[in-house]
Amino acid sequence: MNLTLKVWRQKNANDPGQLETYQAKEIPSEASFLEMLDIVNNQILEQGQDPIHFDHDCREGICGMCSLNINGIPHSKEQGITTCQVHMRKFSDGDTIWIEPFRAKAFPIVKDLVVDRSSFDRIIQAGGYIDVRTGSAPDANSVPISKEVADAAFDAATCIGCGACVAACKNASAMLFVSAKASHLNQLPQGAPEKEARVIGMVEQMDEEGFGNCTNHFECEAVCPKSISADNIAKLNRDYLLAKAKQSVSS
Amino acid sequence: MPQSPPALVTFWNSSIGKKIVVALTGLVLVFFLIAHLSGNLLIFVGQKAFNDYAYFLHHLLHGAGVWIARVVLLTSLVLHVVATVQLTIKNRASRTAYQKEATQRASKSSRIMIWSGFTVLAFIIYHLLHFTARLGPYSSFNDLTVTRPDGSTSLDAYQMVINGFSSLPAVIFYVIAISLLCSHLSHGVASIFQTLGLSTSKTRPLYKKLALIYSAVIWVGFLSIPIAIYFFRLGQA
Repeated sequence: MNLTLKVWRQKNANDPGQLETYQAKEIPSEASFLEMLDIVNNQILEQGQDPIHFDHDCREGICGMCSLNINGIPHSKEQGITTCQVHMRKFSDGDTIWIEPFRAKAFPIVKDLVVDRSSFDRIIQAGGYIDVRTGSAPDANSVPISKEVADAAFDAATCIGCGACVAACKNASAMLFVSAKASHLNQLPQGAPEKEARVIGMVEQMDEEGFGNCTNHFECEAVCPKSISADNIAKLNRDYLLAKAKQSVSS
Repeated sequence: MPQSPPALVTFWNSSIGKKIVVALTGLVLVFFLIAHLSGNLLIFVGQKAFNDYAYFLHHLLHGAGVWIARVVLLTSLVLHVVATVQLTIKNRASRTAYQKEATQRASKSSRIMIWSGFTVLAFIIYHLLHFTARLGPYSSFNDLTVTRPDGSTSLDAYQMVINGFSSLPAVIFYVIAISLLCSHLSHGVASIFQTLGLSTSKTRPLYKKLALIYSAVIWVGFLSIPIAIYFFRLGQA
């Protein structure tokens, strides 16, 4: 396959950056999207130029490291997969492909297609954990959890924190990420005791990081590689309201 | 340890808190629209029914009723507008633009909320000057009166509406504003359930349908009046 790539190139955080055009020649259709970029980078290196920088790690859809807006959509228009799981057979010979970084004020660009998503880490530090006494491992199945709760918590827990929800949102809102992380722990008996502090802490940190607000467009749900439902957002809204109500009468 | 601000302040300053204020004030306005429409449709019953209804509203609770309603509605409107403007400013500041934009699920209505909202706000101001305050060119409405059975006189609200919609620019602005209001409602009503945390993926399509039906009723209901007056000569000899 021969393709035309329009790739965002930006030297560093302060560089304004611009789209540059590359010809990707003789790309095998069985190559993954990132392998296609590897091939193009080899060609760029052979010419003695700076290769295209992009994030990647496991290349099997579980680590949350790869990003990229492909033709305007995070992780491409294919549903329920990450960029590393996109294969070139989904494109046609002669296509022009736009490749941009995930864009949001809270995800500053480091270089080219690499963005700094550590704002997500700070949200997790604000409540996306449980406090436990470390000691010997508890007996398996000693805490009974119903099948429905276990399934719902697991669905939320599949979030890999890639940031596609923020990248797709017209407001760069992190609500799908935050709600998935909160809902995962809030539903389980191990996480329930700290539910209110968690919800308030994570939402306040989310606001502080400069993410926008959810306006119920559901773009996040459409691009989430783990198909996490916006039901979690409704749940977070409700939990936040109840937590603040409780805080107002108890403090 | 420094004193943290009251929960109500941090609630208003948070993204979710402000959205909940938008949802609750929106809900007040949604109920108001249905009541307003029901009253307005009395114009098709006749002059007496419409004027009796206007008289009833102005004398409810010895005249206090209409002021209670005005305070509640104005407070809801101001909170709704202030919160949405603040949220929109934050949203714009959070986003950096893509060279290649794509949209998968967001409806057109959902993406023009701030603009449909501003148009409706401009319309509400005009509408209040027109029929409630009767200022400027509408001060002649104050001369339209009817005699009540007890001998007292009251405003002829029926004739005010007929005269008001005999002007083509007024009808055109009304049609544009109501159409944008219904676009606003088609997204807003469904969003109330999501923002208040009442929707799930099972009930979401239901709320979406409910919002569309509600908006359609509001659209047809409110537009039937100027159309009937201007094009079908309702109330004109």
